[in-house]
Amino acid sequence: MTTLSPTTAAETRAAIQWALGEESQLEIVGHGSKRGIGRPLQTEHTLDLSKLSGVTLYEPAELVLSAKAGTSLADIEKLLAENGQQLAFEPMNYGPLLGGQPGRGTIGGVLAANLSGPRRLKAGAARDHILGVNAVSGRGEAFKSGGRVVKNVTGYDLSKLMAGSWGTLAVATDVIFKVLPAAETETTLAIRGLLDEEATAAMALAVGSSAEISSAAHLPEGIADRVSGGAIGGEAATLLRIEGFGPSVAYRAAAVKDILKAAGPIDEITGDASKALWRDVRDCIPFADGTQRPVWRVSMAPSEAHKMTLALRMETPAEAFYDWQGSLVWLRMQADPEAELLRALVKKFGGGHATLVRASPSHRASLPVFEPQPSALAALSARLKSEFDPKGLLNPGRMEA
Amino acid sequence: MSGLAMPKPDEATMRRRDDIVADMRIIVPGEGVVDAVNEMRAFESDGLTAYRQLPLVVVLPETTAQVARILKYCNERNIRVVPRGSGTSLSGGALPLEDAVLLVMSRFNRILEIDFPNRAVVAQPGVTNLGITNAVEAEGFYYAPDPSSQIACSIGGNVAENSGGVHCLKYGLTANNVLGIEMVLMNGEIVRLGGRHLDSEGYDLLGVMTGSEGLLGVVTEVTVRILKKPETARALLIGFPTSEQAGQCVADIIGAGIIPGGMEMMDRPAIHAAEDFVRAGYPLECEALLIVELDGPGVEVDHLIGLVEKIALKNGSTTCRISTSEEERLTFWAGRKAAFPAVGRISPDYYCMDGTIPRKELPRVLSGMRELSERYGLRVANVFHAGDGNLHPLILYDANVPGELEKAEEFGADILRLCVRVGGVLTGEHGVGVEKRDLMPEMFNQIDLDQQMRVKCAFDPNHLLNPGKVFPQLRRCAELGRMHISGGKMPFPDIPRF
Repeated sequence: MTTLSPTTAAETRAAIQWALGEESQLEIVGHGSKRGIGRPLQTEHTLDLSKLSGVTLYEPAELVLSAKAGTSLADIEKLLAENGQQLAFEPMNYGPLLGGQPGRGTIGGVLAANLSGPRRLKAGAARDHILGVNAVSGRGEAFKSGGRVVKNVTGYDLSKLMAGSWGTLAVATDVIFKVLPAAETETTLAIRGLLDEEATAAMALAVGSSAEISSAAHLPEGIADRVSGGAIGGEAATLLRIEGFGPSVAYRAAAVKDILKAAGPIDEITGDASKALWRDVRDCIPFADGTQRPVWRVSMAPSEAHKMTLALRMETPAEAFYDWQGSLVWLRMQADPEAELLRALVKKFGGGHATLVRASPSHRASLPVFEPQPSALAALSARLKSEFDPKGLLNPGRMEA
Repeated sequence: MSGLAMPKPDEATMRRRDDIVADMRIIVPGEGVVDAVNEMRAFESDGLTAYRQLPLVVVLPETTAQVARILKYCNERNIRVVPRGSGTSLSGGALPLEDAVLLVMSRFNRILEIDFPNRAVVAQPGVTNLGITNAVEAEGFYYAPDPSSQIACSIGGNVAENSGGVHCLKYGLTANNVLGIEMVLMNGEIVRLGGRHLDSEGYDLLGVMTGSEGLLGVVTEVTVRILKKPETARALLIGFPTSEQAGQCVADIIGAGIIPGGMEMMDRPAIHAAEDFVRAGYPLECEALLIVELDGPGVEVDHLIGLVEKIALKNGSTTCRISTSEEERLTFWAGRKAAFPAVGRISPDYYCMDGTIPRKELPRVLSGMRELSERYGLRVANVFHAGDGNLHPLILYDANVPGELEKAEEFGADILRLCVRVGGVLTGEHGVGVEKRDLMPEMFNQIDLDQQMRVKCAFDPNHLLNPGKVFPQLRRCAELGRMHISGGKMPFPDIPRF
């Protein structure tokens, strides 16, 4: 078992070329904060990118930041905050859910896992903000795609292809992200006591208004008191975040209250309390219970999500809460992952996909962690993998069943 | 055609033309097959009119099943296919090939579903960009990406080109506003990507399809995100004595945390041409004109207008008008939106370029362009998506003067080389197509291009779909797949290992 820890892009390439020569497979890690996601790997060697670190370019006025792949996300977020900017897609931290240390994770991992957070509803995910990459393919070749400008259609967008590929196509060595101004202020409206179905309707109304809701989540009864250290109490809370310049936030908050005046009592959570609340929603804190009980991340049409969870609960005990207006459902199962049951229900209610982000290694080895694809799509994905990594060296099998 | 090498027509296909036309008529009955030369003329070029070529045959399918049968048929017989939407590409992406079936998607013109609760519209690919907004605006919604050809360009073409528009600084490009597609691969397989959910299942094939210029698959259905219209929009029209000051003003606006709905710049020649044409009341004595549009609730827009006005003054603006009515706002835009035809009035022909640069390089690029303009003896007018650094230099020439088109093209290529040299890219939103194909090595080395072509190989291993576009030199997939393994030695042995 060898761990290779390159400090430059050239060393990263040399490491992969060496592995090619040896015909040995590599596990690709940054800080290892998401190592527990995907089919467990049993590679002989590890390629550790955590020493390939450092911000190489940051021009706030150009809204661009470039960093080596192993750069700590926390360091980048700190640098951006000092300049009143942020990664608008609000990458989540899997540490609490997976039982890792807080504050870990690299910018390369952000791209590889296509991370996002509650603001994905308005601002998109890592894939919407990546401008360019330098990477080394499983062929041992260093290639680049994209650039440092925000508007670019020159050639195929291989940077987006890296997003959510979990290190199975190529190893990014440098990433270039679009950065954006952080909002001057934020406030959160919390409608209390709604059932899932009522919350779905309320969120659709608010998000479909011109109030530019940046995040919409629903924490059912019994879940709400697991965020913000219990500060908002246990009654169901339907949360709507409004961000921007002070006068605008006040105006839009009033407008949303007016639209939803029939929905029920509405609390307002402002400033740092609002930020803390959304951080906990982002990091799936309600299910960060120190266990390995199965947790699913389900992506589906917002209007269908509550129907799916209702149907699921008729069959098996499960807890659920909703982000992205319902388009993201976090599910914690009581015991068994119930993969087939869940996926059949997602399909029945408008389609989408389910990823088993937390489970015991044996479940992750025996069940498809990522949604199985129809045959034509699966074949296309396999061909694509083979064009980047013909010998199957990089994170072999991580995304496979 | 000025010196552009396209793939050599396949003689076997040319000889079989009659059979192919007959077979296409079986797959697409009725009026869907056009093979008469005079009728095919309408399809011989797209928005890049300097290049013309009649196709082998024009086929206009109506169903996904027909598209699948056509592609499978062509794949099995090694026949090339060029897909086309509305034919508004400015880079020759839909330029026909002599031996290729031209697959025209314009009969896919229906909106299939409007889903307000999920803010999604499902449309066939031939629906126009504006057609989507038209379908939802009664409820106060719109589709954000707004390329200037939006009245004609198709949503399927927008996916192929990853189209932008003046609002993409704030609202994103097509790639950020498409939720899902159905597409047909060259082998006839039908694949669905995305839907009404957000995250991709598996690899982000939707991301790579968007902007792939019709080389990977044929889009047969598109699901887009719609947005509620902002309550209000107001614009400022700001004149500066130098483009440097205007550029600094743009940087300061963004530095203040403001992302305007639109932020456009025009240089002196463009200002004059536009003013002569539409009488928008543009100040004629300034060197650079900015249009900054703020949108959102009235209270927000008023607040930001105050901030932007101060920033403009600080940067030495000589004039600043703020729209007080919707008519006035539209008048401010009228000149910018008519900039291309306005330039068309002062020159027999013009050639529109599309590089993107880091914004701070604007003064250097503009002065470089002035030097090139003198060297080539051709005038240039500039309109510029200032917020995102996307330049549209318009090179003025006369196609009736022998050699001037070639000179204009060479001038344009030099501008794009300059863009790449300062850290920019060849194309911000118009695509590579045939126009910038041979400039790709300015930006990418052979390894970069080979990896892109390998993506092509995963989708279309025989290079039958839209060949001759994007890549300067097509390499066979078998050759691209070969591995050269040197390996053997443990890398950087001095690094500590565990």
